[in-house]
Amino acid sequence: MSAIKDQLSHLQALEAESIDIIREVASSFQRPVMMYSIGKDSSVMLHLARKAFAPGKIPFPLLHIDTTWKFREMIAFRDRTAEELGLDLVVHSNQEGIDQGMSPFVHGSRVYTDVMKTQALKQALTAGRYDCAIGGARRDEEKSRSKERVFSFRDRNHRWDPKNQRPELWNLWNTRIGPGESVRAFPISNWTELDVWSYIHLEKIPVVPLYLSAPRPVVERDGVLIMVDDDRIPMEPGEQPEMRSVRFRTLGCYPLTGAVESEAATLADVIAEMLIARTSERQGRVIDHDGDGSMEDKKKEGYF
Amino acid sequence: MDPRFDASTDTIDEYLARHEGKQLLRFLTCGSVDDGKSTLIGRLLHDTKGIYEDQLAAVEGDSRKYGTQGGHADLALLVDGLRSEREQGITIDVAYRYFSTEKRKFIVADTPGHEQYTRNMATGASTCDLAVLLVDARHGVSVQTRRHCVITSLLGIPKIIVAINKMDLVDWSRETYESIKADFEAFASDLPSREQHFVPMSALEGDLVVESSPRAPWYEGPSFLELIESIEIGAAAQETAFRMPVNLVIRPDLDYRGFGGRIESGVVRPGDRVKIMPAGTESKVSRISTFDGDLDIAGAPRSVSIVLEDEIDASRGDVIVSADQPCIVSDRITADLVWMHEDRLTPGREFILRHGTRVTPCRVRRIVERLDVDTLERSPVDGLELNEIGRVEIETDFPLAFDPYEEIRGTGSLILVDRIGNWTMAAGMVRGRTEDNRWTATPVSGEDRDGQPDPVSPAERESRYGQRPATVLLTGLAGSGKTSLAALLERALFDLGRVAIRLDGTTMRRGLNRDLGFSAEDRSENLRRSMETAKLVNDEGLICIAAFVAPVASTRRKAAELVGEDRFLEVHCAAPLEHCRSKDATGLYAEAATKGLENIPGVDFEYEPPDAPDLLLPTHELEPEESVNRILDLLRTRGILR
Repeated sequence: MSAIKDQLSHLQALEAESIDIIREVASSFQRPVMMYSIGKDSSVMLHLARKAFAPGKIPFPLLHIDTTWKFREMIAFRDRTAEELGLDLVVHSNQEGIDQGMSPFVHGSRVYTDVMKTQALKQALTAGRYDCAIGGARRDEEKSRSKERVFSFRDRNHRWDPKNQRPELWNLWNTRIGPGESVRAFPISNWTELDVWSYIHLEKIPVVPLYLSAPRPVVERDGVLIMVDDDRIPMEPGEQPEMRSVRFRTLGCYPLTGAVESEAATLADVIAEMLIARTSERQGRVIDHDGDGSMEDKKKEGYF
Repeated sequence: MDPRFDASTDTIDEYLARHEGKQLLRFLTCGSVDDGKSTLIGRLLHDTKGIYEDQLAAVEGDSRKYGTQGGHADLALLVDGLRSEREQGITIDVAYRYFSTEKRKFIVADTPGHEQYTRNMATGASTCDLAVLLVDARHGVSVQTRRHCVITSLLGIPKIIVAINKMDLVDWSRETYESIKADFEAFASDLPSREQHFVPMSALEGDLVVESSPRAPWYEGPSFLELIESIEIGAAAQETAFRMPVNLVIRPDLDYRGFGGRIESGVVRPGDRVKIMPAGTESKVSRISTFDGDLDIAGAPRSVSIVLEDEIDASRGDVIVSADQPCIVSDRITADLVWMHEDRLTPGREFILRHGTRVTPCRVRRIVERLDVDTLERSPVDGLELNEIGRVEIETDFPLAFDPYEEIRGTGSLILVDRIGNWTMAAGMVRGRTEDNRWTATPVSGEDRDGQPDPVSPAERESRYGQRPATVLLTGLAGSGKTSLAALLERALFDLGRVAIRLDGTTMRRGLNRDLGFSAEDRSENLRRSMETAKLVNDEGLICIAAFVAPVASTRRKAAELVGEDRFLEVHCAAPLEHCRSKDATGLYAEAATKGLENIPGVDFEYEPPDAPDLLLPTHELEPEESVNRILDLLRTRGILR
């Protein structure tokens, strides 16, 4: 019977794999960038990147696509984090969309997301001439992601073709691309939502306070609780924001992110609630419910 | 997809502590299209309470649209991902699933059973510790069962569970189960042995998936879930020799230089002696550093940064290995390939090869044979088609530091990438250094050449020359003094009235071997021709003094066999690299440093010192005359000089 000499827990095994992938990106690409969405997955990725290059600094910039409709607390957290860790943070917004007054309330989630997220991301990637963008997608998030590669190939138009993805064997990543082509790398592909939260808990990684419950002003629309984060949200006749104890399972644009009612004010409480919960985290995202296979279509168009 | 937390019996901190300490098991599911893989995974997710209500509702909706299970929620739909697949009702790619129990976390690579998708199975298998092979109890061991079993064996998955599914459709017949088990065992006995388990089940109805079932009172073994929760994992990878490919060099300031990488095999501790391959440079581990502080021990598959005691040059692509158990270095390797592309593989084609973190151009020189995965027969072919598996010989521009795949997967695997389209064309399992079979084509020697009796007998020659014939191989690094020692030795023998001739690498390359370069293959051939010459010289009763680097131990063994063990003397000129480099009589090392010359023994690839030479000469410490005297003493002791 052989004996384990250095027993790794599954979180340590996942961490080791992620660090290896992040290092691979830094070694193999000319102009890599790490997508930074300010959410919990981004916080974990940032932490892993710090580990990958310690005692050195992260050798690539972080890119945030600011739709201008993010929660204010997210932006504050982003700027504080960049300051404290001395990060090279690049923020991009689609100026054309801003000029057109693009709003999820006016244009609907589909058009708004395409212009302010998908198009904005493509603009930023093209402008930065980034050949690899590191993203925080996980395979357990949604069915179409379960077959996503760790190094996912994108053509010159940043498009993903599910039928044209390279086989990935062992950890022998094929990072070769032609001119203008790019790769999206997903170092936390094999993590589940609970892994992410457990790791945040174990490693004491700071996250945006919106994940924890607090009294917040919300309105209820089509059964979804929307937080009134600023005065750009048009009130229906007779509608009044009310203070409720809520938190968020995912963070994005406030008009498109549903809150859940909760009393969980600490990380441990949030995890406990999640473990009892009977709905998956993406349910809070309005984007997945546009139609069967809608995430798949968005990915083909270049959404992360 | 994790077990529920029950607030009435558990505190969250206890729960998290348990979750955080779980081990990870990666397994592959395979089997024919209708053997029930997706149903099994769906069942595991469902029964371990890993499905959320909204996901189950979505599946119930989908079941009405695409389902094949009548009124039941078709659990297979939980795992069939992309829309086109859902419509066709089959999975066409590798999908990864996640669930955990109280004991372990699992990553499942779900691979299609469709026969043209060998490549997907190989992909899924490459990262797994365990294969789960489903067999339909109604059909027994099919062609696809065998094929999948062979592929998991070739890909080196160390353990296999044969899940005999749909037992409900054969009325839980014990005879059926036993006969399928016996068929499988008979077939698998032709493959390398590995840990093998069998379990009967009905994934659709949930019997013996998670818990034992009253329908199979005759089966006393564990349920499927109990099996995968108890199978031993992780230890094997830490039992093998230490290997860590360097991914990147971390050098934030002048005081710190760490080699970042993921440990593929074994464990490492501060103070361990290591070698940087392929150069073979030796040093000691000074620190194993991480963001969280230094470690006293680190084992596979940890990602660390290793700091060495000496200022040694290593870069991405090199492999740090245990100094006591170094790996093999060669630019000619033999490998089994799974060919993954529609374009046929033909000999001579060039690729980009990735092995560990090394990326180098390469050429498939020869396709040795194809393996028929159905019959296990090997037959010679001149090409490989999509999804075929075959043995090939590959020549790389840069030497690889590897282990045979069956010993260490991490340093025995490779991929071939198309030079233009960058598609991943093949997965390869390295079997070893390509054996140069020219060495074995030994001509008839001695007294009876070409059927003609020798005009002069060996005894007559011995009596005339006062010597028995022998070949003295002076082996060592460039600059270790071989050539000048050979000259002095010839002079000394001449002065003693003996007859010797001298061969060395440089002069051989001027004429007889002028067609050869400095690749490992050409070095081997250079030595082979020279040893054939030495043999002829010996057959004439003369002593041959041969001065060659001869860096590869196994090649020197072949030289000994060719010349004849009893008349072959291995003399190691053992000046260390630093000495040879500082002396640098021929300017080779300086030229290598400035022009970036490759293939210098001890610099780009390892010089393998003889384990037990007939004579060890520390040529950096001895006067040349003393070295000559020691060789003459050896010749006298061995009865070569009378």
